[in-house]
Amino acid sequence: MRARLELRAQPSRVAMWAAPVLAALATLLVGFIVFEAFGLDPVAAFTAFFIEPVATRYGIAELLLKASPLMLIATGLAIGYRANVWNIGAEGQLTLGALAGGAVALALGDAGWPAALLLPAMFVAGALGGMLWAAIPAFLRTRFHANEILTSLMLVYVATLLLSWLVHGPWRDPEGYNFPQSKLFTANALLPSLIPDTRLNVGFLVALAVVALAWLFVNRHIVGFEMRVSGLAPAAARYAGISARRSIWIGMLAGGACAGLAGVGEAAGPIGQLVPSMSPGYGFAAIIVAFVGRLHPAGIAFASLLMSLLYLGGESAQMHLALPSAVTGLFQGTLLFFLLAADVLVNFRPRVARAARAR
Amino acid sequence: MADSFPAGSAVTAAPVPRLALRGITKRYPGVLANDHVDLDVSPGEIHAVLGENGAGKSTLMKVIYGVVRPDAGTIRWEGAPVRVRSPARARRLGIGMVFQHFSLFETLTVEDNIRLALDTSSASGLPQRIRDVSVRYGLTLDPARHVHTMSVGERQRVEIVRCLLQNPRLLIMDEPTSVLTPQAVLRLFDTLRTLAGEGCSILYISHKLDEIRTLCHRATVLRAGRVTGECDPRLETSASLARMMIGGNLPHPVHRTAHAGAPALIVESLDVRTDDPFGTTLRSISFEVRAGEIVGIAGVSGNGQKELLAALSGERTLARDSAVTLCGTPVGTRDAFARRRLGLAFIPEDRLGHGAVPEMSLADNALLTARGGALVSHGFIRASAVRACASRTITAFGVKASGPDAAARSLSGGNLQKYIVGREIGQHPKVLIAAQPTWGVDVGASTQIRQALIDLRDRGVAVLVISEELDELVEICDRLAVIAQGRLSPAKPLRETSAEEIGLLMAGAGPSGDKVVS
Repeated sequence: MRARLELRAQPSRVAMWAAPVLAALATLLVGFIVFEAFGLDPVAAFTAFFIEPVATRYGIAELLLKASPLMLIATGLAIGYRANVWNIGAEGQLTLGALAGGAVALALGDAGWPAALLLPAMFVAGALGGMLWAAIPAFLRTRFHANEILTSLMLVYVATLLLSWLVHGPWRDPEGYNFPQSKLFTANALLPSLIPDTRLNVGFLVALAVVALAWLFVNRHIVGFEMRVSGLAPAAARYAGISARRSIWIGMLAGGACAGLAGVGEAAGPIGQLVPSMSPGYGFAAIIVAFVGRLHPAGIAFASLLMSLLYLGGESAQMHLALPSAVTGLFQGTLLFFLLAADVLVNFRPRVARAARAR
Repeated sequence: MADSFPAGSAVTAAPVPRLALRGITKRYPGVLANDHVDLDVSPGEIHAVLGENGAGKSTLMKVIYGVVRPDAGTIRWEGAPVRVRSPARARRLGIGMVFQHFSLFETLTVEDNIRLALDTSSASGLPQRIRDVSVRYGLTLDPARHVHTMSVGERQRVEIVRCLLQNPRLLIMDEPTSVLTPQAVLRLFDTLRTLAGEGCSILYISHKLDEIRTLCHRATVLRAGRVTGECDPRLETSASLARMMIGGNLPHPVHRTAHAGAPALIVESLDVRTDDPFGTTLRSISFEVRAGEIVGIAGVSGNGQKELLAALSGERTLARDSAVTLCGTPVGTRDAFARRRLGLAFIPEDRLGHGAVPEMSLADNALLTARGGALVSHGFIRASAVRACASRTITAFGVKASGPDAAARSLSGGNLQKYIVGREIGQHPKVLIAAQPTWGVDVGASTQIRQALIDLRDRGVAVLVISEELDELVEICDRLAVIAQGRLSPAKPLRETSAEEIGLLMAGAGPSGDKVVS
């Protein structure tokens, strides 16, 4: 008996959607082992990690709140990933988006603009900020063939330092007891709440709208199709006259714009001001979300809920189980690891073959 | 074995076949590739395996070579039952194979690729041995070159030389001559006859019936995975062989006299300096293709075909607009999409990854080159129109596929080629460029594709065919030119030239130094 993999004639649609489920189950199994190793009762630990955070209305609102930026960023990144444009710097683009949107909020908040004007202006500024930051790797790639994985990642740290300098220096709240923070945004620059007594705000609706638009773009628009061709078969793309340069620009800018919107959502949502760190790694976690969601907008919407649950579970595990916060990262990494492994089943079918008879 | 191998009668009398297959069966998802196949090959015999694409020839050869394990059946090697678990095992037994789809590592050099296939102990002085064998068989190779810089024809030379270095007792040749000049084919045949005379058995897979009749002692015919006949090909005609193979009469392309009109494609003093250190620089190439004629460009691969095609299709844009004129519009600086909008269609040599996206459905692959047309409205894809368009092509060209949702990679080479040809013709082009339109395609599909090109010409389309198969060009072209070392000979009407003259132009100026005429 010998197990082997056989190339499928067609990629399996079943396996394509079963792989994330399989990966999630394998991740739970690893979690079980980890909890055992810590000497915890696995059932109690799982309850604390995955059930308690969403047992209340407030918990569910938090789930959607944290899913919003993940959904937004992953949707944008997936547009590029489908075209083999590897934007790893969404965290920096988020930071620049928060910075640009925050600048508008701080500059115009006191001028008495109504929220219906000010908030859209902030979102536009945020999207432009994210796009500006993403344009740098796009330019370096198209002009100098510089690898966008490296350049976009390095720009994350530049963005963080830029924001840090602003909130330590020019934009520091003079009445903020010397904390490195900007002034609190005025009420007209804060996103209205969706459910009373929770932090869930209209940023969630923005995320859903972007997912719907992305679906339309990816599945129905010819440019989305062209970018998919660029990613799958560059020679065929050249043959059909699809511009590789344009795919790179659109892929990077889409990721940057969405990350920028997410940055505004954070600044004008749960945070309400500019602080040195605008995100607990949403820009990086969104990479996992994009792949768990099969680079498909609808899949990403579900995957972002899963990833959001891991964030909430990690916080809950710190409080109730005294586990380190690193447990969140562990679950994220394990999930991606198993997903990539399970992905082989999309194109290959496992077969247990009896030894060949030759007598 | 005697120096000259006797005719078929002695073969059947040979006591122990070198290779005997019994009841070989191999099932792939959705297709029975081999269905209880029996095959005997005697020592010193050149044995042809005939069959259309998808008939199961390649699978059968892979079973013998240990690449594929049969689901059932037995293999005997010189009388003893064997299990050929891997190609390495096959090579130890003395089986060598030249694949149709090359199994070379593109990032490695010729020498490294050959070294990988040899026992490490025999690898000393390898570059010299490669040169010796390649000179002896007229397959010039530079051992230090990287495979990714080589054309299809050059890569095949590596495969052949690699096999010959191992002194095999059974040599499997899968469509070996498709990229050789007529003179080189003759020399290869001499080589194979010498090898057979030395006692080496040869399994020869080809769709070129003339070659099989010239070369082979015996032929086994496969159809849809089953053996449908055995014969002595020297006693058959090409037509009778083809009938056995496709189970019907071979349609001949109908070739009417051309009524050439105004020039639709004009190339004027085209110079392209290649970026690839092993590519070919094109030097002042000028020619024109008029509406309603087929112009052929012959030549051994690696003489600038790749570069010329890229310059014509717009995959590589040029510095000067006037170098290429399409239907009166200078387009040298425009990209492939812009040229398509002016009425250009293009059938590339590589089907998977160039002419079609392997992972995408046939419907999506229809959209690939039809983005400028009615399948898209206001930037949005009309999904039902795309599927209908793909279905029309599938029906019109008899493509064997489960439907417009089948992934391109799930089709056999010939079927995918028919689909691509149909798709490009469906664009209603004014100029069609086809590169190796029937490379590795079975007889039935080849005839159909050639007929489609001729029909297109009769409808007033300018057709340019770049091919390494001289027979094909002679069959369909009105005028013929030869490309060698990046220069193009003047296109001559077919009547005013001969296969010999063309062959000499191809070989005489060829970079391989193929100057010897057999």
